[in-house]
Amino acid sequence: MAEKLLEIKGLKTWFKTDDGVVRAVDGVDLHIDRGETLGVVGESGCGKTVTARSVLKLIDMPPGRFEAGEILWKGRDLIPVPAQEMDKIRAREIAIIFQEPMTSLNPVYTVGDQIAEVLRQHDKLSRKQAIAGAVEMLRLVNIPNPGKRVHDYPHQFSGGMRQRVMIAMAMSCKPQLLIADEPTTALDVTIQAQILELMQEMKDKLGMSIMLITHAMGVVAETCQRVVVMYAGKVVEEAPVEALFGNPRHPYTQGLIRSIPRVDRAAAQKERLEAIPGSVPSLLNPPVGCRFAARCKFAMDVCVKAMPPLKEVGPGHRVACVL
Amino acid sequence: MAGSTPVSLTADPPVAAASATPARKARFSPGREAWRRFRRHKLAMASTVILGLIVAAVVLGPLVWRVPINEIDFSAKLEGPSLAHPFGTDDLGQDILARMLYGGRISLAVGLAAMLVACFVGVLVGAIAGMSRGSVDAGLMWLADLFLALPQLPLLLLIIYLFRDSLTKVLGPEGGVFVMVVAVIGGLRWMQVARLVRAQILSIREKEFIEAARALGASNSRQVVRHILPNALGPVIVAGTIDVAAAIIAESTLSFLGLGFPPDIPTWGRVLFDAKDTMDMAPHWVLFSGGAIFLAVLSINFIGDGLRDALDPRRVL
Amino acid sequence: MSEPLLSVRNLKKHFAVSGGVFAREVDRVHAVDGVSFDIGKGETLGLVGESGCGKSTTGRCILRLIEPSSGEVWFQGADVTRLGPDAMRALRRDMQIIFQDPYASLNPRLTVGAIVGEALQIHGLAKSRKALEERVLELLETVGLQADHMGRFPHEFSGGQRQRIGIARALAVDPKLVICDEPVSALDVSIQAQVINLLEDLQEKFGLTYLFIAHDLSVVEHISTRIAVMYLGRVVEIAGSRDLYDTPLHPYSEALLSAVPIPDPTVKRKRIMLQGDVPNPIRPPSGCHFHTRCPIAKPDCSQRSPELVEKRPGHWVACHYRG
Repeated sequence: MAEKLLEIKGLKTWFKTDDGVVRAVDGVDLHIDRGETLGVVGESGCGKTVTARSVLKLIDMPPGRFEAGEILWKGRDLIPVPAQEMDKIRAREIAIIFQEPMTSLNPVYTVGDQIAEVLRQHDKLSRKQAIAGAVEMLRLVNIPNPGKRVHDYPHQFSGGMRQRVMIAMAMSCKPQLLIADEPTTALDVTIQAQILELMQEMKDKLGMSIMLITHAMGVVAETCQRVVVMYAGKVVEEAPVEALFGNPRHPYTQGLIRSIPRVDRAAAQKERLEAIPGSVPSLLNPPVGCRFAARCKFAMDVCVKAMPPLKEVGPGHRVACVL
Repeated sequence: MAGSTPVSLTADPPVAAASATPARKARFSPGREAWRRFRRHKLAMASTVILGLIVAAVVLGPLVWRVPINEIDFSAKLEGPSLAHPFGTDDLGQDILARMLYGGRISLAVGLAAMLVACFVGVLVGAIAGMSRGSVDAGLMWLADLFLALPQLPLLLLIIYLFRDSLTKVLGPEGGVFVMVVAVIGGLRWMQVARLVRAQILSIREKEFIEAARALGASNSRQVVRHILPNALGPVIVAGTIDVAAAIIAESTLSFLGLGFPPDIPTWGRVLFDAKDTMDMAPHWVLFSGGAIFLAVLSINFIGDGLRDALDPRRVL
Repeated sequence: MSEPLLSVRNLKKHFAVSGGVFAREVDRVHAVDGVSFDIGKGETLGLVGESGCGKSTTGRCILRLIEPSSGEVWFQGADVTRLGPDAMRALRRDMQIIFQDPYASLNPRLTVGAIVGEALQIHGLAKSRKALEERVLELLETVGLQADHMGRFPHEFSGGQRQRIGIARALAVDPKLVICDEPVSALDVSIQAQVINLLEDLQEKFGLTYLFIAHDLSVVEHISTRIAVMYLGRVVEIAGSRDLYDTPLHPYSEALLSAVPIPDPTVKRKRIMLQGDVPNPIRPPSGCHFHTRCPIAKPDCSQRSPELVEKRPGHWVACHYRG
């Protein structure tokens, strides 16, 4: 088996609010091997973003708190690591790109300055060297005319180009893991295709792993090797991508896959979409049993009593369902 | 929705709210709902009680506490609080409680009236400017800037010199000065309200629910009255309560300069200014008059906060 | 196709870009640049394109929420663009709109009952308070909400429920045409299917005609009878929904379709990667707007603007070299 680069064990990240404790991430186990792309899918509020930010400890504390669990980065738990050391791990070893390329760049500095700043934080470089490095990074992410664009401000770039700049920035210290938090959600489909291809290219060139967080099943199917499906703060299914789409075992995963209209299906096969009834439960007082029970058409009495643990149903395929 | 940041996580359990609130009756009045919500705002409720007491005191007080306000008694000057003079006496031996009960009517009335004038003019100008783009908007905002740039004190002096006599002739000495002071203070404080309202309207009119109202065929005035203004209200209420305080204090300034009410009318500001010279010998004088202004202003501010929250159904109360 | 319910002819909308000291018009954004299409009674026309292609502006111009710069919009024998205010107000009973953002499209200070009942009040459609209440209840039930939701405020609902409120509001006046402006793109995947199914049920029940605007091609393909593809303010292709997906003729439609990720890892397709970004609509490329990114562009594409021509029965394309 491949080396586990990152392993999250029983992670619970909770938030204290005026209304009570929000259990955003409530016992998540997952791992990423070296050189693989792991997809983390789920709807808004399922805890996928909080999981990602927990890895880099980008959660504001308070109101957030690690309630339990371990985040093992190459075997070492990151939770007790002091802030200063964490700064070194960020970017140099684990980098992150966000959904909104519009707001993740500072509008008052040129993109060159912003990339150069990252480079200089981690290596001792002169300003000139750093700018040269920034040009190199922009060239790497296929931005045309990088020597000139390096002196442009973020507003002079389009959405897709800004996401390329973000990737250049994340890549600038050659991290071993890239966490991409909905990197293409704000982009058009043709631009999305470009960015996904670029990420694949970067991965091949630099040999890093990717944790791709998204709500789009199509994106997962086309880019990931393994998938983790999250629902209401918990992992409900984990499988290699072919197994997940070919033989989804959890009713939620099945519902997710069936509720999407398919472009590639012929008209004869087209029928009413299978919608999942109801909406996501509150994370303030999550139900005791399986969190999906209230919306599940197979729900039985045992489902409301206790949350079923993840159990192996095939090679690398684990599911949290009694069925 | 895709954007699931930690922030939206903590602030976004609408499903929970929908399923957790017990079923309410379908028919209910928004007014009663606002009052229910207002009552849960503890500071605002306490402030309402305090302001109510102050208003009751200045309205009914002079009928109960029948000590004349201008009975000079040099034998009892600058006395501390006693049974005969619960708030003590001033440097002429006049009863401070009686003077404050009388003057409080004017101070509160000036404050509230000036606030109403400022808010009325401000909302009107702001709404017109916000709803009409182009030259009308530019012109009105230019006017607001002009008023903001004017040196206020010299202007006050000028207006009062020009109009005091003619107004006093028509409305009598107190009424004339009252109208003038209210007009002057209100007329110089509408600009902030106007700018606030305009900014609010500019942002709200781009919202989709305004477009929805237009798509349903709502007239311009219906859009403003039913959809835009209620959503722009919050900051106006807060600005309005601040204006009350500012007006009470501005009135004291005018009185102090001898340009407001005549010196024998003991508005709170007047009493406070009279008291400042003997602060070391008779601190009660300053404390009671200052305390009254402080309490009134503070409770009006809290009531404003409470109103803003009670009228906004998005706030959980 | 039967007698069209709505005919749009050469619709244009130019937004002025002002600048300089006296806010003079310095430039124009050609948001909608000569759009024509028909929608038959009871059908659903999908309008797709990437952000900035003018699809939303087109929808709003039809309703005159934005005043069109020129062109004609024929609806029930009248040119909507020439109606006076009173006639326009009366017409709004027949044409309604459902918005994208279920959070911004409901007035936060009104109860659900007031929001849904507003149109009835404006048009005097309810004789008494009781009649109004009964009608609102009926509407709420039609869209799958309950009677006790009437006295609640929008913030107490989830995104999907809010979208149902917006749909109930649009249905209150018994419209004939409903413009759906990205009605599901802000919703979670599992909720999207609920709303799409609801829209389909309502169409069947009330014989509605939809103009369905969206950027998500799989959703559009699922719900539409015919689809119009827009690029930079112009319609480049109109065809029956299945026809378009099976044999896209315009190179842009082809690229757009191939960029849609398919939630099935076993499907491998050849992807047509478009280079670069959508050009700035202030200075759209000369000739065919698409020639800067077109894989089959020839020199004269930048000279001549292609007309929308019926190249096959019911399949209209604006390209010099395809079809």
